[in-house]
Formats: sequence, C-alpha cells, structure tokens
Amino acid sequence: MLSMDPEQLEEWRRLRGRLTAANPAERSELLSEAAQRTRRSVVRMIETAGQGHIGGDFSVTDILTTLFAYTLRIDPAAAPSRETDRFILSKGHCAASLYSTLAHTGYFSRRALKTFMQPLSELNGHPTNTKVPGVETSTGPLGHGLPVAVGQAVAAKLTGSAARVFVVLGDGEMQEGSNWEALMAAAHFGLDNLVVIIDRNRLQQGARTEDTNALAPLDAKLAAFGCEVRQADGHDFNALIEAFRPAAGSRPVAVIANTVKGKGVSFVEDRVEWHHKVPTPEQARLALEELA
Amino acid sequence: MSIDMEDTAPAADAPVYDNRSAFAEELALLARQDERIVAVCNDSVGSSNLTAFRDEFPSRLINVGIAEQNMVGVGAGLASLGLIPFVCAASPFLTARALEQIKADVAYSRRAVILCGMSPGLAYGELGPTHHSPEDLSWLRALPGLDIIVPADRRQTRQAVNEVVRDPRPAFLRVGRYKVPDVTAETAVLRRGRFDLARDGDDVTIVATGTTVSRALIAADLLRSSGISARVLNAVYIAPLDADAIAAAAGETRAIVTAEEANVSGGLGAAVASVVAALPSASRVPVRALGLTEFAPTGNTDFLLSYFGLTPENMVKVALEALADD
Repeated sequence: MLSMDPEQLEEWRRLRGRLTAANPAERSELLSEAAQRTRRSVVRMIETAGQGHIGGDFSVTDILTTLFAYTLRIDPAAAPSRETDRFILSKGHCAASLYSTLAHTGYFSRRALKTFMQPLSELNGHPTNTKVPGVETSTGPLGHGLPVAVGQAVAAKLTGSAARVFVVLGDGEMQEGSNWEALMAAAHFGLDNLVVIIDRNRLQQGARTEDTNALAPLDAKLAAFGCEVRQADGHDFNALIEAFRPAAGSRPVAVIANTVKGKGVSFVEDRVEWHHKVPTPEQARLALEELA
Repeated sequence: MSIDMEDTAPAADAPVYDNRSAFAEELALLARQDERIVAVCNDSVGSSNLTAFRDEFPSRLINVGIAEQNMVGVGAGLASLGLIPFVCAASPFLTARALEQIKADVAYSRRAVILCGMSPGLAYGELGPTHHSPEDLSWLRALPGLDIIVPADRRQTRQAVNEVVRDPRPAFLRVGRYKVPDVTAETAVLRRGRFDLARDGDDVTIVATGTTVSRALIAADLLRSSGISARVLNAVYIAPLDADAIAAAAGETRAIVTAEEANVSGGLGAAVASVVAALPSASRVPVRALGLTEFAPTGNTDFLLSYFGLTPENMVKVALEALADD
C-alpha cells in the first residue's frame, strides 16, 4: 500500500512557501523546474514499463504542476476534509504524469514510480482511486471524470463547503457525449466551484482533433453551454494560475489550456505517433538531455 | 416429508402493492434523520416516486435531466464526499446506458452509490423490449463488488433501503413496479448475501426472486396437494450469492427450479447452476431455469410473465420434470 512520504512532503511544502513569496518571474522559474523534473521521471517510467502515453503526459505536465504546487488547497498528509480541493484527471491514460506529480507532492514515495505498470503495482496504466493516494476516482475510459467532478461540486455546495473541484480533460475527450451532459448540468446547477480544464493539444490517438471530429469553435460551444470560458497558454505558468482563479459569477469555469502534445522534447512535440510511442534507450537519453 | 399446513401462499385475492411506494416512503423516513441521504434522477421524479421527496427536501433531489451517464457519475461524485446517493431511474436506462459508469465510477472506484433500478424486468409490458430490463441482473452480476438486491415485497423493500444506509457500499436495488402481495414473514430479517427461506421443504427447491416469489409459493401449495414438499428460497440478494443455501438445497432436495423476471443467461438461473455444477458429483441435482430467453413479444406484464413460463402451474410442471430426471 502506498503511503505518504514525509521527506518529499517537506520538500513540497518548502516549494509552496517559496512560490507564495516569489514574484511572477521567479514563480515561473520554480514551477518550470518542477515540471521538467516530472517530465524526466515520465521518460524513465515509460522507458522502463515499455508502455505509456508520453505525448499527452507532456502536454498536461505544466497544468498538473501548477495545480499541485500552487493552486490546490490540499494536505497530502491528511485524509481529505470537507474543505479540501478536489482534483480529477479525466484523461486517465496520462497516469505517468499524474503519478510523478503526486509523488513529488508527497502522497507517496518517488521510489514507487519505478513500479509503473509492473505486475501487482498500485501504479496501473490508468489511475485507480482505491490504490493510489491523491486519486479521487478511477479513470481511463474517457468522458467519466467530468460527471464525477460535477457530483463533487454539488456535494460541496450541499454541505456548505468552500472547496473547489478541478478536472482535467483531453481535448479529444470532448467528443464524448457524457461531457456535454455534465456541462449542461454544471451550468444549470450554477457550479461556480467547478473548474473544467481542457488540455487542448489538438491531437488525438490517430490524427488531429480537427481532422477527426472537429471541436472548433470549442470556446463558443463551452460558452453556449453556460461556462465562463478562459483561454490560456497551457505552458505559461502565470497564465494558468490566472486562469484557475475563482469564478467571476455563478457559472462553472472552463479553461481551454492551449498546449503542445509532447511539450519539452523536440522530436516528440506535435507528432501524432507519439500518442503512445515508447522511446528507445537512445531516444530516452536524448529526451532526458533536452529536459535537463 | 415435512409439511406445515399453516404455511400457505398468499391468497389469490390478497392485496398487492407496488414496491416503489414502500421504497419512497422509507427513503423519506430515513432522509429526515440522516442528512447524508440524497436522491439523483434522470427526469424520473414521478416514475421513481420521488415527488414527495422533492417537496420535502428540494435541495437534496438532484435531477440531472435525461442524461444517465452523467447521472451515475454525479452519484459517484456525491458518494466520494460522504453523501449517500440513491440514483433512481428506470432500470433499462440506468443499467444499460450507464453501464460503464457503474463499472468504473461505482464498482471499480468502490463508491457507495445506491443504484435504484425502478420498474425493472417486464414492468413496462406493452412498451416493449427497449423499455424492459431482463438483462440487468446478468450484466451487473459480472461486476465485482456490487451488491444486487431484489426485494420481493413491501417489507423487504423497506429493509433493503435501511440496510444500504446502515452499511453503505456499491449496490443495485431492483425496485419492482409490478404489484405483488406480501410474502415475507413479519419476523424475517434481511441479511446481506443470504437468501430468505420462504418455505421449507425436502423434495424440490424453487429459487425465486422479486416478482416470482409469490408465484413460487403458490407453486409450492400446488405441489403439496400432489404430496410433494417444495422448499422456496427468496433470492433477495443475487450478489453476494448465497452459495451455502444453494448447496444445502442440492444436498437436501432432489431438484432445483429457478424462476426470475430476467434473462436466464447470466441471471439467477445461471448463478445457481454454476454453484451446483461445482459441487461434488454426489451432491449435484438437476437444475431447471425459468426466465426470459428472447426479446419479449408485445403484451402486458401479466401476459409476458405467463408467456415466459413464470406461472405457478409451469413451475409445478418443470419441478415434476426435474424430479423425474433425478
């Protein structure tokens, strides 16, 4: 069973302290360092496992880093309380990036990352809430995270909690009808405590989203469904922090985070085949160099 | 042969009840004492009998509209923050449309969502197979960690609602619309994973569930008049399955007949047969499964139950055939 790692937790708390005191430029520098560290461990995990989704892992890493290092009001040392913010990674195939982020947050030891996808490891190819601390619901099949997040946001309202609920979806995932069912309900219920973040890397498994089943105009669709829509560069930490601010009115917030699939490694960036291609040892070495 | 003459099936003119009323009354009763209880539905406020609940607890009735996938996901989210959601919808739409949510968000994520399959089986008679849910027991039985509860009457429905609040866990509650008489004893206690012994007997066993329990008791009366002692097991829990009661029936009676308002393939019949098949050869007995084997033709629920042989007379006939096979 995975358990909290006190040393890592201390390190995470120090980082949070520094981020609070930092100016925007310093903040960006600190978060960038943390994100690159996560990307490096993703490379090692996927190389060892011989499987994974490196392209989406890299596009979402800066979002996860910003949330866990800066935005979320969480305490990895304690069971979630009524006031704890909630996070769901709906694009569960990007588990490697989530596991690495959770380990760097202190939820469990970074040593566990070596077991990614090994027989009987808690770290399955898709995150399982009953096995991994910090995971709210088991995801993997697309279109599941947002409805669960809507339920959590409703529960927070019902119990008078000020907690916010954050959910990250892939852009291709927005082709799933369940997400639009959930968005309608989120707006209808006035869930201003819900932040829906779309990792808009414009690629899905087999092709570009716009060549498969076009999402554009995504901003207009989200607005028409009743969301307060915000656009942000998904690799600009200060822009993400700004985009994750509380809702202006009584509507759910939808953040379109414009990202690059495979961000951080030149030969992986924006290449459809790197959705779930596994680096050779040589490619892994080159990737780690670029991520140094 | 043990025959208890006091023990008889409900009379033909016994009053019959829609289990949804007992469900709704008990839910409201518990909700008054327990703020964790909420209801979630897909526009089915009326058909799920939630009108009174909505009037009394307006903020605790979450109607997501006609959107079953979101409905079950919302239930899982509510449960993850410690509430006890009763997610209510017509069983075919709840269990078929949202099956992946039931699998991933509820069973696999181990969230204590109470999935309430209203008007299940053949309840929607003439509306046709799109609105029937004879498959629900089969596909939900395939999910590890999901309790499946099929109350046979008003009392058992109330007990089931109490049980899932007392010990919340992922569960499916099949709430019948087809009116049934009272069949459980006033003293009967609902125990998780246990069948209720509705009638003891030592020649043949009828394992019935929900709607078919009262019919099995009538069949037992008919068999008794032919000098055959029939045990009737009320399979109120389909999961966890009462393998001990099935093994005892195989050991103590000479044949088993199952009867369900559901598909034989993968349902109660399949469950009972798989337990019997795994017994030592000396303990195995013939098993005959009554239930649906095809999409239903047009007809009301009464007609369809007869069409698929779920009548006391057919249960008797099949029991005699199974005994002849022994």
